Amino acid sequence: MVRRRSGTGLCSLALSIGLLLATAAIANVDPARFEDPERAARYAVLIKELRCLVCQNQNLADSNAELAQDLRHQVSSMIKDGKSDAQIVEFMVQRYGDFVLYRPPFKAKTLVLWLGPALLLLVAILVGWRALQRGRVSADLSAPDPGREKARRLLDAGDEKGGPPC
Amino acid sequence: MSRFLLPLGIFLVIATFLAVGLGLNPREIPSPLIDRPAPVFRLPDLHAADRVVDVAELKGRVWLLNVWGTWCPNCHLEHPVLMRLASQLPDASGGIVGLNWKDNSAEARRLLMRTGNPYRQVAVDQAGHAAIDWGVYGAPETFVVDASGTVRYKFIGPLSDAIVAEEIMPLVSRLMAPVQG
Repeated sequence: MVRRRSGTGLCSLALSIGLLLATAAIANVDPARFEDPERAARYAVLIKELRCLVCQNQNLADSNAELAQDLRHQVSSMIKDGKSDAQIVEFMVQRYGDFVLYRPPFKAKTLVLWLGPALLLLVAILVGWRALQRGRVSADLSAPDPGREKARRLLDAGDEKGGPPC
Repeated sequence: MSRFLLPLGIFLVIATFLAVGLGLNPREIPSPLIDRPAPVFRLPDLHAADRVVDVAELKGRVWLLNVWGTWCPNCHLEHPVLMRLASQLPDASGGIVGLNWKDNSAEARRLLMRTGNPYRQVAVDQAGHAAIDWGVYGAPETFVVDASGTVRYKFIGPLSDAIVAEEIMPLVSRLMAPVQG
């Protein structure tokens, strides 16, 4: 029994390693070659920031789609041509819109996107605070409460008889 | 009463957002190209490698660009619709220009020979540079360009007869009105 368990454990370990290696292999389908390490670093950052539009939830670095390969090629050739990061991003946005950016720019159209979560948090804090306040008021023992008066009278009566209160 | 109104209100807001979100197609990304000058390209002609398709020559005419490839199943689906659209487009228009995107030219020619050719001209974009300039990320995609060379409309995915009748043809007629008049 133990042997079998360890056997499957080894198997799944081998499988995980295999899958890990496979994804690593996919991620490096066509690594662009740069002589200059600074340019290589810029390339790595840019392809992480740009979205693959075919598979949408992947960036250019992770995607193996043909368009992603073309766009990676575009980025690397623009870097080799001496274009700045801003110029490359502008090139992509002109063609594919802000959607190509994983971090959308802060502007009128994206105001709700950027401020929405903070606004919701604020509302939640406000509602929570008001609920807490209300709870505190109802738990205020100094307020006269006919029910509590009655309970005390009953308890007092029980004490006089000498029996247990409950 | 107000105890129920607040949760009901929140529920309605969330439900509305979800309903709208479900109706949206995440693949329909608004094109920044709309109302901007159409990117120009000069690419080899699919039917004669020594000739070029130069879209700058289409200035002054209303024309359509259709991005396709034999590898694209939805393009096959769209093909009969394009054939009917081509027959409706006025002669004075530039017709449909095909952009054969990253395809095997011999296969593309064979397909058009077999099923009919809806295109006035077909440009071969082997490297995919023109497609990038047009912000293409899938096929088929269809653009309408006006006489001044401005992109006026983009449709992502296979055209249907309904889209052609309700959106493309009325737009083409409207864009061509000042040219004819």
